[in-house]
Amino acid sequence: MINFEYARARDVAEAVRQMAGDPSAKFIAGGTNLIDLMKKDVERPARLIDISRLPLKAVAETPEGGLRIGALVPNTDLAYHPVVEQRYPMLSSAILAGASQQLRNMASTGGNLLQRTRCHYFYDVATPCNKRDPGSGCSAITGCNRMHAILGASEACIATHPSDMCVALAALEAKVQVIGPAGERTIAFADFHRLPGSEPQRDTNLEPTEIVIAVELPARGFAKNYTYLKIRDRLSYAFALVSVAVGLDLGDGTIKEARFALGGVAHKPWRDAAAEAALRGQPATEASFQRAADLVLRNAKGLAHNAFKVDLARRAMVRALGQAARATPQSQSNKAIR
Amino acid sequence: MPIARALAAIEVANKMAKPTVPSPTKIPIALTVNGVQRQLELAPWTTLLDALRDHLDLTGTKKGCDHGQCGACTVLVDGRRVNACLALAVMKDGATVTTIEGLATGGALHPLQQAFIDHDAFQCGYCTPGQICSAAGLIAEGKAKSADEIRELMSGNICRCAAYPNIIAAIQQAMAVMGSRP
Repeated sequence: MINFEYARARDVAEAVRQMAGDPSAKFIAGGTNLIDLMKKDVERPARLIDISRLPLKAVAETPEGGLRIGALVPNTDLAYHPVVEQRYPMLSSAILAGASQQLRNMASTGGNLLQRTRCHYFYDVATPCNKRDPGSGCSAITGCNRMHAILGASEACIATHPSDMCVALAALEAKVQVIGPAGERTIAFADFHRLPGSEPQRDTNLEPTEIVIAVELPARGFAKNYTYLKIRDRLSYAFALVSVAVGLDLGDGTIKEARFALGGVAHKPWRDAAAEAALRGQPATEASFQRAADLVLRNAKGLAHNAFKVDLARRAMVRALGQAARATPQSQSNKAIR
Repeated sequence: MPIARALAAIEVANKMAKPTVPSPTKIPIALTVNGVQRQLELAPWTTLLDALRDHLDLTGTKKGCDHGQCGACTVLVDGRRVNACLALAVMKDGATVTTIEGLATGGALHPLQQAFIDHDAFQCGYCTPGQICSAAGLIAEGKAKSADEIRELMSGNICRCAAYPNIIAAIQQAMAVMGSRP
Protein backbone atom coordinates (compact mmCIF):
# COMPACT_ATOMS: atom_id res chain seq x y z
CA MET A 1 0.00 0.00 0.00
CA ILE A 2 1.35 3.42 -0.93
CA ASN A 3 1.28 6.36 1.46
CA PHE A 4 -1.74 8.61 1.17
CA GLU A 5 -3.37 11.64 2.73
CA TYR A 6 -6.57 11.31 4.74
CA ALA A 7 -9.46 13.75 4.95
CA ARG A 8 -12.84 13.43 6.60
CA ALA A 9 -15.95 14.90 4.99
CA ARG A 10 -18.45 16.49 7.39
CA ASP A 11 -21.38 16.59 4.99
CA VAL A 12 -22.27 15.46 1.47
CA ALA A 13 -21.65 18.90 -0.03
CA GLU A 14 -18.16 18.99 1.45
CA ALA A 15 -17.44 15.47 0.17
CA VAL A 16 -18.46 16.55 -3.34
CA ARG A 17 -16.37 19.74 -3.05
CA GLN A 18 -13.31 17.83 -1.83
CA MET A 19 -13.57 15.34 -4.68
CA ALA A 20 -14.08 18.08 -7.29
CA GLY A 21 -10.89 19.70 -5.97
CA ASP A 22 -8.87 16.50 -6.35
CA PRO A 23 -10.37 13.94 -8.74
CA SER A 24 -7.40 11.61 -8.10
CA ALA A 25 -8.77 11.05 -4.60
CA LYS A 26 -11.04 8.16 -3.62
CA PHE A 27 -14.04 8.09 -1.34
CA ILE A 28 -13.83 5.47 1.38
CA ALA A 29 -16.77 4.11 3.37
CA GLY A 30 -16.60 0.48 4.57
CA GLY A 31 -13.24 0.03 2.88
CA THR A 32 -13.55 -3.74 2.52
CA ASN A 33 -12.74 -3.68 -1.19
CA LEU A 34 -10.74 -0.46 -1.51
CA ILE A 35 -8.25 -1.25 1.30
CA ASP A 36 -7.76 -4.72 -0.17
CA LEU A 37 -7.11 -3.23 -3.62
CA MET A 38 -4.73 -0.67 -2.13
CA LYS A 39 -2.77 -3.42 -0.35
CA LYS A 40 -2.42 -5.08 -3.76
CA ASP A 41 -1.36 -1.77 -5.38
CA VAL A 42 -4.29 -2.05 -7.80
CA GLU A 43 -5.67 1.20 -6.39
CA ARG A 44 -3.12 3.89 -5.56
CA PRO A 45 -5.03 7.01 -4.48
CA ALA A 46 -2.91 9.88 -3.14
CA ARG A 47 -5.81 10.92 -0.93
CA LEU A 48 -8.75 9.21 0.75
CA ILE A 49 -11.90 11.13 1.58
CA ASP A 50 -13.62 9.41 4.50
CA ILE A 51 -17.39 9.55 3.96
CA SER A 52 -18.23 6.96 6.61
CA ARG A 53 -19.61 9.59 9.01
CA LEU A 54 -22.00 11.25 6.54
CA PRO A 55 -25.69 11.12 7.46
CA LEU A 56 -26.62 8.54 4.81
CA LYS A 57 -27.56 5.68 7.13
CA ALA A 58 -31.35 5.85 7.11
CA VAL A 59 -33.77 3.31 5.63
CA ALA A 60 -37.09 5.07 5.01
CA GLU A 61 -40.35 4.20 3.28
CA THR A 62 -41.11 6.47 0.33
CA PRO A 63 -44.43 8.16 -0.50
CA GLU A 64 -44.62 5.86 -3.55
CA GLY A 65 -44.66 2.81 -1.28
CA GLY A 66 -41.04 1.91 -1.89
CA LEU A 67 -37.95 2.04 0.28
CA ARG A 68 -35.07 4.53 0.24
CA ILE A 69 -31.82 3.04 1.49
CA GLY A 70 -29.04 5.43 2.48
CA ALA A 71 -25.72 4.73 0.76
CA LEU A 72 -23.97 4.10 4.09
CA VAL A 73 -26.42 1.54 5.47
CA PRO A 74 -24.24 -1.48 6.30
CA ASN A 75 -25.04 -4.65 4.34
CA THR A 76 -25.93 -6.49 7.58
CA ASP A 77 -28.38 -3.81 8.69
CA LEU A 78 -30.06 -3.85 5.30
CA ALA A 79 -30.34 -7.65 5.18
CA TYR A 80 -31.95 -7.77 8.63
CA HIS A 81 -34.09 -4.65 8.28
CA PRO A 82 -37.68 -5.69 9.14
CA VAL A 83 -39.19 -4.03 6.04
CA VAL A 84 -36.57 -5.63 3.78
CA GLU A 85 -37.14 -9.05 5.36
CA GLN A 86 -40.90 -8.73 4.94
CA ARG A 87 -41.32 -6.95 1.64
CA TYR A 88 -38.03 -7.53 -0.20
CA PRO A 89 -36.85 -10.96 1.07
CA MET A 90 -35.03 -11.56 -2.25
CA LEU A 91 -32.72 -8.65 -1.38
CA SER A 92 -32.18 -9.87 2.18
CA SER A 93 -31.38 -13.37 0.91
CA ALA A 94 -28.94 -12.10 -1.74
CA ILE A 95 -27.05 -9.96 0.77
CA LEU A 96 -26.71 -12.87 3.19
CA ALA A 97 -25.43 -15.08 0.36
CA GLY A 98 -22.41 -12.81 -0.08
CA ALA A 99 -19.16 -12.36 1.84
CA SER A 100 -18.95 -13.06 5.59
CA GLN A 101 -20.76 -11.46 8.50
CA GLN A 102 -17.62 -9.46 9.41
CA LEU A 103 -17.45 -8.01 5.89
CA ARG A 104 -21.21 -7.39 5.75
CA ASN A 105 -20.92 -5.49 9.04
CA MET A 106 -18.33 -3.17 7.46
CA ALA A 107 -19.52 -2.94 3.85
CA SER A 108 -21.90 -0.15 2.80
CA THR A 109 -24.79 -0.19 0.35
CA GLY A 110 -23.09 2.26 -2.01
CA GLY A 111 -19.77 0.45 -1.73
CA ASN A 112 -21.39 -2.85 -2.64
CA LEU A 113 -22.51 -1.28 -5.93
CA LEU A 114 -19.02 0.08 -6.57
CA GLN A 115 -16.96 -2.97 -5.64
CA ARG A 116 -14.62 -4.10 -8.37
CA THR A 117 -14.22 -7.44 -10.12
CA ARG A 118 -12.34 -10.24 -8.38
CA CYS A 119 -10.66 -11.32 -11.67
CA HIS A 120 -7.27 -12.70 -10.57
CA TYR A 121 -5.48 -10.82 -13.32
CA PHE A 122 -7.07 -7.51 -12.35
CA TYR A 123 -5.70 -8.13 -8.84
CA ASP A 124 -2.23 -9.16 -10.03
CA VAL A 125 -0.33 -6.00 -11.04
CA ALA A 126 2.39 -8.11 -12.66
CA THR A 127 -0.01 -9.14 -15.46
CA PRO A 128 -1.63 -7.14 -18.28
CA CYS A 129 -5.24 -6.09 -17.62
CA ASN A 130 -7.30 -3.62 -19.64
CA LYS A 131 -9.46 -2.80 -16.65
CA ARG A 132 -6.52 -1.90 -14.42
CA ASP A 133 -4.19 -0.62 -17.14
CA PRO A 134 -6.20 0.29 -20.28
CA GLY A 135 -4.58 -0.91 -23.49
CA SER A 136 -2.29 -3.43 -21.82
CA GLY A 137 -4.37 -6.43 -22.93
CA CYS A 138 -6.54 -9.07 -21.25
CA SER A 139 -4.69 -11.91 -19.54
CA ALA A 140 -7.87 -13.80 -18.73
CA ILE A 141 -9.07 -14.44 -22.31
CA THR A 142 -6.19 -16.83 -22.94
CA GLY A 143 -5.47 -17.50 -19.27
CA CYS A 144 -7.32 -19.18 -16.44
CA ASN A 145 -10.88 -18.01 -17.07
CA ARG A 146 -13.00 -20.40 -15.05
CA MET A 147 -14.69 -17.61 -13.07
CA HIS A 148 -15.23 -15.31 -16.04
CA ALA A 149 -18.11 -13.99 -18.13
CA ILE A 150 -20.21 -15.99 -20.58
CA LEU A 151 -22.50 -13.10 -21.54
CA GLY A 152 -21.83 -9.56 -22.76
CA ALA A 153 -18.04 -9.81 -22.63
CA SER A 154 -15.74 -8.06 -25.08
CA GLU A 155 -12.32 -8.74 -26.57
CA ALA A 156 -10.97 -6.23 -24.07
CA CYS A 157 -12.40 -7.76 -20.89
CA ILE A 158 -14.23 -10.87 -19.66
CA ALA A 159 -14.46 -9.88 -15.99
CA THR A 160 -17.63 -10.44 -13.96
CA HIS A 161 -19.28 -8.20 -11.40
CA PRO A 162 -18.91 -9.92 -8.03
CA SER A 163 -21.91 -8.60 -6.09
CA ASP A 164 -24.83 -10.71 -4.91
CA MET A 165 -26.81 -7.73 -3.57
CA CYS A 166 -26.73 -6.04 -6.97
CA VAL A 167 -28.28 -9.08 -8.68
CA ALA A 168 -31.35 -8.70 -6.46
CA LEU A 169 -31.37 -4.92 -6.93
CA ALA A 170 -31.37 -5.47 -10.70
CA ALA A 171 -34.32 -7.87 -10.51
CA LEU A 172 -36.18 -5.45 -8.23
CA GLU A 173 -35.51 -2.54 -10.64
CA ALA A 174 -33.95 -0.33 -8.00
CA LYS A 175 -32.81 3.21 -8.75
CA VAL A 176 -29.51 4.77 -7.73
CA GLN A 177 -29.48 8.36 -6.48
CA VAL A 178 -26.20 10.18 -6.98
CA ILE A 179 -24.95 13.70 -6.44
CA GLY A 180 -22.04 15.57 -7.99
CA PRO A 181 -20.87 19.09 -8.76
CA ALA A 182 -23.72 19.41 -11.31
CA GLY A 183 -26.35 18.36 -8.77
CA GLU A 184 -28.45 15.27 -8.17
CA ARG A 185 -29.56 12.64 -10.65
CA THR A 186 -31.21 9.24 -10.55
CA ILE A 187 -29.88 6.29 -12.53
CA ALA A 188 -31.97 3.20 -13.30
CA PHE A 189 -30.21 0.11 -11.95
CA ALA A 190 -29.91 -1.41 -15.42
CA ASP A 191 -28.01 1.72 -16.54
CA PHE A 192 -25.73 1.95 -13.50
CA HIS A 193 -23.24 -0.81 -14.30
CA ARG A 194 -21.71 -1.06 -17.77
CA LEU A 195 -20.68 -3.81 -20.12
CA PRO A 196 -16.92 -3.82 -20.73
CA GLY A 197 -16.92 -2.90 -24.44
CA SER A 198 -13.72 -1.05 -25.30
CA GLU A 199 -13.61 0.78 -21.95
CA PRO A 200 -13.48 -1.95 -19.29
CA GLN A 201 -11.79 0.46 -16.90
CA ARG A 202 -15.24 2.00 -16.43
CA ASP A 203 -17.34 -0.29 -14.25
CA THR A 204 -20.26 2.10 -13.89
CA ASN A 205 -21.81 5.23 -15.36
CA LEU A 206 -21.09 7.13 -12.15
CA GLU A 207 -18.83 10.10 -12.88
CA PRO A 208 -15.56 10.22 -10.89
CA THR A 209 -16.75 13.34 -9.07
CA GLU A 210 -20.16 11.89 -8.17
CA ILE A 211 -21.12 10.10 -4.99
CA VAL A 212 -23.90 7.55 -4.46
CA ILE A 213 -26.27 8.84 -1.78
CA ALA A 214 -29.12 6.30 -1.84
CA VAL A 215 -30.65 3.26 -3.49
CA GLU A 216 -34.40 3.38 -3.95
CA LEU A 217 -36.60 0.30 -4.23
CA PRO A 218 -39.97 0.49 -5.98
CA ALA A 219 -43.08 -0.73 -4.13
CA ARG A 220 -43.11 -4.11 -5.82
CA GLY A 221 -41.01 -6.56 -3.81
CA PHE A 222 -42.14 -10.03 -5.03
CA ALA A 223 -42.23 -11.15 -1.39
CA LYS A 224 -44.33 -14.26 -2.06
CA ASN A 225 -42.68 -15.87 -5.07
CA TYR A 226 -38.95 -15.20 -5.00
CA THR A 227 -35.57 -16.84 -4.52
CA TYR A 228 -31.86 -16.12 -4.59
CA LEU A 229 -29.97 -19.20 -5.69
CA LYS A 230 -26.18 -19.01 -5.64
CA ILE A 231 -23.92 -21.74 -7.03
CA ARG A 232 -20.29 -21.59 -5.90
CA ASP A 233 -17.21 -23.70 -5.26
CA ARG A 234 -17.81 -24.00 -1.52
CA LEU A 235 -20.99 -23.65 0.48
CA SER A 236 -20.31 -20.25 2.00
CA TYR A 237 -18.03 -17.25 1.66
CA ALA A 238 -17.19 -17.67 -2.03
CA PHE A 239 -18.06 -15.67 -5.12
CA ALA A 240 -20.75 -16.98 -7.41
CA LEU A 241 -20.03 -19.18 -10.39
CA VAL A 242 -23.65 -18.46 -11.26
CA SER A 243 -26.39 -16.90 -9.18
CA VAL A 244 -30.02 -16.19 -9.98
CA ALA A 245 -32.44 -13.74 -8.35
CA VAL A 246 -36.08 -14.36 -9.23
CA GLY A 247 -39.33 -12.56 -8.51
CA LEU A 248 -42.62 -13.85 -9.92
CA ASP A 249 -46.17 -12.59 -9.83
CA LEU A 250 -48.47 -15.59 -10.29
CA GLY A 251 -52.21 -16.00 -10.78
CA ASP A 252 -53.81 -19.46 -11.05
CA GLY A 253 -50.52 -21.06 -12.00
CA THR A 254 -49.94 -18.52 -14.76
CA ILE A 255 -47.03 -16.08 -14.76
CA LYS A 256 -48.33 -12.51 -14.76
CA GLU A 257 -44.93 -10.89 -14.28
CA ALA A 258 -41.42 -12.36 -14.18
CA ARG A 259 -38.20 -10.73 -13.15
CA PHE A 260 -34.92 -12.50 -12.99
CA ALA A 261 -31.29 -11.50 -13.00
CA LEU A 262 -28.06 -13.49 -13.09
CA GLY A 263 -24.84 -12.93 -11.20
CA GLY A 264 -21.38 -14.33 -11.92
CA VAL A 265 -21.95 -14.46 -15.67
CA ALA A 266 -21.30 -10.91 -16.92
CA HIS A 267 -19.71 -7.53 -16.25
CA LYS A 268 -22.99 -6.45 -14.67
CA PRO A 269 -26.04 -8.17 -13.18
CA TRP A 270 -27.60 -9.75 -16.27
CA ARG A 271 -31.24 -9.25 -17.17
CA ASP A 272 -32.95 -10.25 -20.36
CA ALA A 273 -36.16 -8.40 -21.22
CA ALA A 274 -37.03 -10.85 -24.02
CA ALA A 275 -36.78 -13.85 -21.70
CA GLU A 276 -38.89 -12.14 -19.05
CA ALA A 277 -41.48 -11.15 -21.66
CA ALA A 278 -41.57 -14.72 -22.94
CA LEU A 279 -42.63 -15.93 -19.50
CA ARG A 280 -45.59 -13.56 -19.21
CA GLY A 281 -48.89 -15.36 -19.67
CA GLN A 282 -47.20 -18.77 -19.65
CA PRO A 283 -47.90 -21.60 -17.18
CA ALA A 284 -45.38 -21.77 -14.34
CA THR A 285 -43.93 -25.06 -15.53
CA GLU A 286 -40.45 -26.40 -16.10
CA ALA A 287 -41.01 -26.27 -19.86
CA SER A 288 -41.68 -22.51 -19.67
CA PHE A 289 -38.60 -22.02 -17.51
CA GLN A 290 -36.45 -24.03 -19.94
CA ARG A 291 -37.55 -21.84 -22.84
CA ALA A 292 -36.77 -18.66 -20.89
CA ALA A 293 -33.35 -19.99 -19.86
CA ASP A 294 -32.53 -20.91 -23.45
CA LEU A 295 -33.47 -17.38 -24.52
CA VAL A 296 -31.17 -15.81 -21.91
CA LEU A 297 -28.29 -17.99 -23.09
CA ARG A 298 -28.91 -17.65 -26.85
CA ASN A 299 -25.70 -15.60 -27.21
CA ALA A 300 -23.71 -17.15 -24.36
CA LYS A 301 -20.09 -17.88 -25.14
CA GLY A 302 -17.88 -20.19 -23.10
CA LEU A 303 -14.10 -19.99 -23.09
CA ALA A 304 -11.46 -22.63 -22.33
CA HIS A 305 -12.38 -23.05 -18.65
CA ASN A 306 -15.82 -21.51 -18.14
CA ALA A 307 -17.90 -23.20 -20.83
CA PHE A 308 -19.48 -25.31 -18.06
CA LYS A 309 -21.14 -22.15 -16.81
CA VAL A 310 -23.51 -22.08 -19.79
CA ASP A 311 -25.14 -25.36 -18.72
CA LEU A 312 -24.83 -24.40 -15.06
CA ALA A 313 -26.62 -21.10 -15.70
CA ARG A 314 -29.39 -22.85 -17.64
CA ARG A 315 -30.02 -25.35 -14.86
CA ALA A 316 -29.71 -22.71 -12.13
CA MET A 317 -32.31 -20.53 -13.88
CA VAL A 318 -34.75 -23.42 -14.26
CA ARG A 319 -34.22 -24.44 -10.63
CA ALA A 320 -34.53 -20.88 -9.33
CA LEU A 321 -37.68 -20.13 -11.32
CA GLY A 322 -39.15 -23.35 -9.92
CA GLN A 323 -38.19 -22.39 -6.36
CA ALA A 324 -39.88 -19.02 -6.80
CA ALA A 325 -43.00 -20.52 -8.40
CA ARG A 326 -43.35 -23.04 -5.54
CA ALA A 327 -42.72 -20.30 -2.96
CA THR A 328 -39.85 -22.37 -1.55
CA PRO A 329 -36.95 -19.92 -1.69
CA GLN A 330 -33.36 -21.10 -1.30
CA SER A 331 -32.23 -21.14 2.35
CA GLN A 332 -28.92 -19.34 2.91
CA SER A 333 -28.00 -21.53 5.91
CA ASN A 334 -29.19 -25.00 4.87
CA LYS A 335 -27.51 -25.17 1.46
CA ALA A 336 -29.35 -28.19 0.08
CA ILE A 337 -30.79 -27.09 -3.27
CA ARG A 338 -34.37 -28.18 -3.78
CA MET B 1 28.24 -7.72 -17.01
CA PRO B 2 24.64 -8.77 -16.31
CA ILE B 3 24.78 -7.52 -12.69
CA ALA B 4 26.01 -4.08 -13.66
CA ARG B 5 23.28 -3.89 -16.31
CA ALA B 6 20.65 -4.92 -13.78
CA LEU B 7 21.87 -2.32 -11.29
CA ALA B 8 21.81 0.35 -14.01
CA ALA B 9 18.25 -0.66 -14.92
CA ILE B 10 17.19 -0.37 -11.29
CA GLU B 11 18.78 3.09 -11.09
CA VAL B 12 16.87 4.19 -14.20
CA ALA B 13 13.66 2.77 -12.78
CA ASN B 14 14.22 4.58 -9.49
CA LYS B 15 14.73 7.87 -11.33
CA MET B 16 11.55 7.33 -13.35
CA ALA B 17 9.44 6.56 -10.28
CA LYS B 18 7.78 9.84 -9.39
CA PRO B 19 7.48 10.56 -5.68
CA THR B 20 3.78 11.34 -5.87
CA VAL B 21 3.03 10.14 -2.35
CA PRO B 22 3.11 12.39 0.70
CA SER B 23 5.46 11.80 3.58
CA PRO B 24 3.84 10.39 6.72
CA THR B 25 1.69 12.87 8.61
CA LYS B 26 0.49 11.35 11.83
CA ILE B 27 -3.09 11.89 12.90
CA PRO B 28 -4.15 11.88 16.57
CA ILE B 29 -7.00 9.49 17.40
CA ALA B 30 -8.69 8.15 20.52
CA LEU B 31 -9.86 4.56 20.97
CA THR B 32 -11.40 2.79 23.93
CA VAL B 33 -9.71 -0.59 23.82
CA ASN B 34 -10.88 -3.27 26.24
CA GLY B 35 -12.31 -0.57 28.48
CA VAL B 36 -9.19 1.61 28.52
CA GLN B 37 -8.95 5.02 26.82
CA ARG B 38 -5.97 5.08 24.46
CA GLN B 39 -4.55 8.05 22.57
CA LEU B 40 -2.56 7.29 19.44
CA GLU B 41 -0.84 9.22 16.66
CA LEU B 42 -0.95 7.13 13.54
CA ALA B 43 -0.14 7.39 9.86
CA PRO B 44 -3.43 7.20 7.90
CA TRP B 45 -2.50 3.87 6.30
CA THR B 46 -2.18 2.10 9.67
CA THR B 47 -4.87 -0.56 9.86
CA LEU B 48 -6.76 -1.16 13.08
CA LEU B 49 -5.00 -4.53 13.21
CA ASP B 50 -1.53 -2.96 13.07
CA ALA B 51 -2.56 -0.28 15.57
CA LEU B 52 -3.60 -2.99 18.05
CA ARG B 53 -0.60 -5.23 17.52
CA ASP B 54 2.25 -2.80 16.83
CA HIS B 55 1.18 0.34 18.70
CA LEU B 56 -0.78 -1.05 21.66
CA ASP B 57 1.11 -4.36 22.02
CA LEU B 58 -2.16 -6.31 21.93
CA THR B 59 -0.84 -9.22 19.90
CA GLY B 60 -3.73 -11.57 20.71
CA THR B 61 -5.43 -10.42 17.52
CA LYS B 62 -3.69 -12.25 14.69
CA LYS B 63 -2.65 -11.24 11.20
CA GLY B 64 -3.44 -14.14 8.89
CA CYS B 65 -4.12 -13.22 5.28
CA ASP B 66 -4.27 -9.42 5.81
CA HIS B 67 -6.98 -9.31 3.10
CA GLY B 68 -10.22 -10.03 4.95
CA GLN B 69 -10.36 -13.63 3.82
CA CYS B 70 -9.37 -15.62 6.92
CA GLY B 71 -10.98 -13.88 9.91
CA ALA B 72 -7.94 -14.26 12.22
CA CYS B 73 -8.01 -10.48 12.83
CA THR B 74 -11.68 -10.37 13.90
CA VAL B 75 -12.36 -7.89 16.72
CA LEU B 76 -15.50 -6.16 17.96
CA VAL B 77 -15.82 -2.48 17.03
CA ASP B 78 -18.70 -0.77 18.81
CA GLY B 79 -19.97 -4.27 19.55
CA ARG B 80 -19.92 -5.59 15.96
CA ARG B 81 -17.43 -8.07 14.57
CA VAL B 82 -15.21 -6.74 11.81
CA ASN B 83 -11.97 -7.62 10.02
CA ALA B 84 -9.39 -5.35 11.68
CA CYS B 85 -7.04 -5.80 8.71
CA LEU B 86 -9.46 -3.95 6.39
CA ALA B 87 -10.21 -1.05 8.73
CA LEU B 88 -8.07 2.08 8.83
CA ALA B 89 -7.45 3.03 12.46
CA VAL B 90 -7.97 6.75 11.72
CA MET B 91 -11.48 5.97 10.48
CA LYS B 92 -12.30 4.34 13.84
CA ASP B 93 -11.42 7.47 15.85
CA GLY B 94 -13.72 7.50 18.90
CA ALA B 95 -14.71 3.83 18.61
CA THR B 96 -14.87 1.18 21.32
CA VAL B 97 -12.82 -1.90 20.47
CA THR B 98 -12.87 -5.30 22.16
CA THR B 99 -10.13 -7.81 21.43
CA ILE B 100 -9.52 -11.31 22.74
CA GLU B 101 -7.57 -9.73 25.63
CA GLY B 102 -10.72 -7.89 26.73
CA LEU B 103 -13.20 -10.77 26.94
CA ALA B 104 -12.26 -12.27 30.32
CA THR B 105 -13.60 -10.39 33.36
CA GLY B 106 -11.84 -10.28 36.71
CA GLY B 107 -9.72 -13.33 36.02
CA ALA B 108 -12.70 -15.44 34.91
CA LEU B 109 -12.63 -16.70 31.35
CA HIS B 110 -15.41 -15.62 29.00
CA PRO B 111 -17.88 -18.51 28.45
CA LEU B 112 -16.58 -18.81 24.87
CA GLN B 113 -12.97 -19.10 26.03
CA GLN B 114 -13.96 -21.80 28.53
CA ALA B 115 -16.05 -23.60 25.92
CA PHE B 116 -13.17 -23.61 23.41
CA ILE B 117 -10.99 -25.28 26.08
CA ASP B 118 -13.75 -27.73 27.09
CA HIS B 119 -14.33 -28.81 23.47
CA ASP B 120 -10.69 -28.72 22.33
CA ALA B 121 -11.88 -26.33 19.63
CA PHE B 122 -8.44 -25.67 18.16
CA GLN B 123 -5.20 -27.34 17.25
CA CYS B 124 -2.53 -24.75 16.41
CA GLY B 125 -4.59 -21.96 17.96
CA TYR B 126 -3.71 -19.23 15.47
CA CYS B 127 -7.30 -18.65 14.32
CA THR B 128 -8.73 -18.97 17.85
CA PRO B 129 -8.75 -15.30 18.96
CA GLY B 130 -10.58 -14.41 15.75
CA GLN B 131 -12.95 -17.37 16.10
CA ILE B 132 -13.82 -16.39 19.67
CA CYS B 133 -14.31 -12.68 18.91
CA SER B 134 -16.41 -13.63 15.87
CA ALA B 135 -18.50 -16.01 17.98
CA ALA B 136 -18.99 -13.25 20.58
CA GLY B 137 -20.31 -11.04 17.78
CA LEU B 138 -22.51 -13.87 16.50
CA ILE B 139 -24.08 -14.41 19.92
CA ALA B 140 -24.69 -10.67 20.32
CA GLU B 141 -26.40 -10.58 16.89
CA GLY B 142 -28.84 -13.28 18.01
CA LYS B 143 -29.51 -14.52 14.44
CA ALA B 144 -27.97 -17.99 14.63
CA LYS B 145 -30.04 -20.69 16.31
CA SER B 146 -29.32 -23.99 14.54
CA ALA B 147 -25.92 -25.55 13.91
CA ASP B 148 -26.42 -24.80 10.18
CA GLU B 149 -26.95 -21.14 10.99
CA ILE B 150 -23.89 -21.02 13.26
CA ARG B 151 -21.78 -22.64 10.52
CA GLU B 152 -23.04 -20.14 7.94
CA LEU B 153 -22.51 -17.09 10.13
CA MET B 154 -19.04 -18.27 11.18
CA SER B 155 -17.90 -18.83 7.58
CA GLY B 156 -15.70 -15.74 7.70
CA ASN B 157 -13.34 -17.53 10.09
CA ILE B 158 -11.12 -20.14 8.51
CA CYS B 159 -9.48 -22.89 10.62
CA ARG B 160 -6.81 -24.67 8.60
CA CYS B 161 -6.50 -27.33 11.32
CA ALA B 162 -10.21 -27.96 10.57
CA ALA B 163 -11.41 -27.89 14.17
CA TYR B 164 -14.81 -26.82 12.84
CA PRO B 165 -17.00 -29.49 14.52
CA ASN B 166 -15.50 -28.66 17.93
CA ILE B 167 -15.77 -24.91 17.27
CA ILE B 168 -19.51 -25.31 16.56
CA ALA B 169 -19.91 -27.42 19.73
CA ALA B 170 -18.03 -24.81 21.78
CA ILE B 171 -20.20 -21.99 20.44
CA GLN B 172 -23.35 -23.98 21.21
CA GLN B 173 -22.14 -24.54 24.78
CA ALA B 174 -21.39 -20.83 25.23
CA MET B 175 -24.79 -19.90 23.82
CA ALA B 176 -26.43 -22.19 26.38
CA VAL B 177 -24.32 -20.76 29.22
CA MET B 178 -25.03 -17.21 28.07
CA GLY B 179 -28.77 -17.79 27.79
CA SER B 180 -29.05 -18.08 24.01
CA ARG B 181 -30.34 -21.08 22.18
CA PRO B 182 -29.42 -23.87 21.61
